[in-house]
Amino acid sequence: MHINTGDTAWILASTALVLLMTPGLALFYGGMVRAKNVLGMIMQNFAAIGVVSLVWVWVTYSLAFGPDWGGHGLIGTFHFFGLANIEGNPPGYSLTIPHVLFMAFQMMFAIITPALITGASADRLKFGAFILFITVWSVIVYAPVAHWVFDPNGWLFKRGAEDFAGGTVVHINAGVAGLAVALVVGRRKGWPKKAMPPHNVPMILLGAGLLWFGWFGFNAGSALGANLLASNAFVNTNTAAAAAMLAWLLVEKLKDGKPTTLGAASGAVAGLVAITPACGYVNVVGATLIGLAAGALCALAVRLKYLVKLDDALDVGGVHFIGGVIGALLIGFFGTKAIGGVNGVFHGGGFGLLGKQALAVAVVAAYSFIVSWLLAMAIHKTIGFRISEEQEEEGMDTTLHAETAYEFSPSFGSGR
Amino acid sequence: MKLIVAVIKPFKLDAVKDALTEVGLHGITVSEVQGFGRQKGHTEVYRGAEYQVDFIPKVRIELVVPDDRVAEATDKIVESARTDKIGDGKIWVLPVEEAIRIRTGERGDDAL
Repeated sequence: MHINTGDTAWILASTALVLLMTPGLALFYGGMVRAKNVLGMIMQNFAAIGVVSLVWVWVTYSLAFGPDWGGHGLIGTFHFFGLANIEGNPPGYSLTIPHVLFMAFQMMFAIITPALITGASADRLKFGAFILFITVWSVIVYAPVAHWVFDPNGWLFKRGAEDFAGGTVVHINAGVAGLAVALVVGRRKGWPKKAMPPHNVPMILLGAGLLWFGWFGFNAGSALGANLLASNAFVNTNTAAAAAMLAWLLVEKLKDGKPTTLGAASGAVAGLVAITPACGYVNVVGATLIGLAAGALCALAVRLKYLVKLDDALDVGGVHFIGGVIGALLIGFFGTKAIGGVNGVFHGGGFGLLGKQALAVAVVAAYSFIVSWLLAMAIHKTIGFRISEEQEEEGMDTTLHAETAYEFSPSFGSGR
Repeated sequence: MKLIVAVIKPFKLDAVKDALTEVGLHGITVSEVQGFGRQKGHTEVYRGAEYQVDFIPKVRIELVVPDDRVAEATDKIVESARTDKIGDGKIWVLPVEEAIRIRTGERGDDAL
C-alpha cells in the first residue's frame, strides 16, 4: 500500500475533530438537563470515550472491520483482536493512510454512537448499569451494524446501500437504541406534567458549535483522503446544517410564535445528522433540500413524544432517528454520480438506490431496536438500570458522583 | 424606626438605589428572590413544549429609616421602580424595635 502524507495528515486531524464531538455532545445534552443532573449527563458521555476506546482496540474494531466471518457479510472475525495483524489494508479497502489510523478514525464513530443514546434516557440511568450497557451494546449492536454497512464485505454494503459517514450506523442506530432504553427504564418522575426545562441554554449552543466543528472531521474525513470528495462533503455538511437551522426556526416561528436559540442549535444538529449519510453522494441542491427537510421535519417530530407518552428526554429519536432516516432515504432521490456513488431518482437513476436505502434503514432500525431493547431489559431485570426515586429526586450529581456542578455559596464546610 | 421592604423588578435596582442615595438614604440590603403576585409567572417554550414558569426573579430591597422619612423613601421607590406594567412589585413597611451599629455600638436613629 502507498501511504499519502496529505491524506494521512487530514485523517489524523479529522480523527481528533470527531473525538471532540463527544465532549461537545456532553455540553449539548448537559445544558438541556436540569442543574442537578448536568454532571451525571456529562459523565455518561465521557465514560463512553473511556469504555469504547478500550473495547474498540481490543475487540470491536476486529468484529466491525476484520475479515468477514463465513462470507455472509454479517460480522468480522477476531483477526485484528488487540490490533493484531493490522499491517496492510483492511479487507476490501485500498487505503492511502495507515491502517492503524483508519482504525482510530472509526473508533471515534464507535464512541459517539452510544454517547448519543444518553440523551433519550437522561436523568435516570444507574452509572454502572450504563457502563455495562454500552460495553455489550458496542459488541452486539454497533460492531455488526458497522460491518453490514461500512465494511466493503458487509451484506448491506454489497447490496449497494450508501452511507457515507454514518446515517444508519451512527444516527438511526443510536436513535432507535435511545428510544428502546427510554421505553425500558420508563419516564422521568413527573414527566410530562412537571416542567423540566434546560438549565443552561448557552451551554447547549456551545455544545452545538463544537458538534458542528467536529462534524467536518466526521463527514469530510469519511472521504479517507484530502481530496475533492472530502471538499464536497465539507461544503454539503455546512450547507445542510445552515438550511436545517433556518427551517427549524421557521417552524418555531409559525407554530410557537418565537424562534428560539435551542431551536437554532437543534436545527443545525438535525441538518448535520441528515447530511451525514449523504454528504459524499449529493450536490449542493441535494444538501440544501436535505437540510431544509431535516430542519422542518425534526422540529415537528420532537413534538410526537408527548402524543405517545414516551419520555425521550432530549429527543434522540426526533433528531437522530428521524434525521438519519431523512438523510438515508433522500440519497435515493438526490444521489449523483457526479459527486460519488450512483444516481438517484432525480438524476435518472430510477428507484433502485432508494429501495436499497429503504432496506438498510429498515433492517438497521429493526435490529438495533430489538437487540437494544432486549439488552436494556436484561439489565433492568437483573442489576437494575434505573436509579432510585430518592436519587432521581435529589439529582444524579450528588447521589451518583458526590459533586455539584455549580457552587455559589462561599461557605463550604470543613475539608479533610 | 421602620423597615421598608420592597420587591421590585431586577433591572430597576440601579434606578431605585440612585433615587434613594440622591435624597441621602444610604444603606440598603439587596437579595435575589423569586415569587409571583398577580403577574402569575410567564411561559417559556423549549422545542415546542410550553412551560409555565410560576416564580419570577425579583429583587428584594430592605432598608431601615427613621419614622419621619418613611413616606419620602417609599415615594422614591415607587417613582423609580414603576414601569406601569404588571409585575412592578410591592412595598411593605414594618416597625423596628432597635438598630445597632456593630462597629461603634450606637443605637436607634444614630445607628442608621
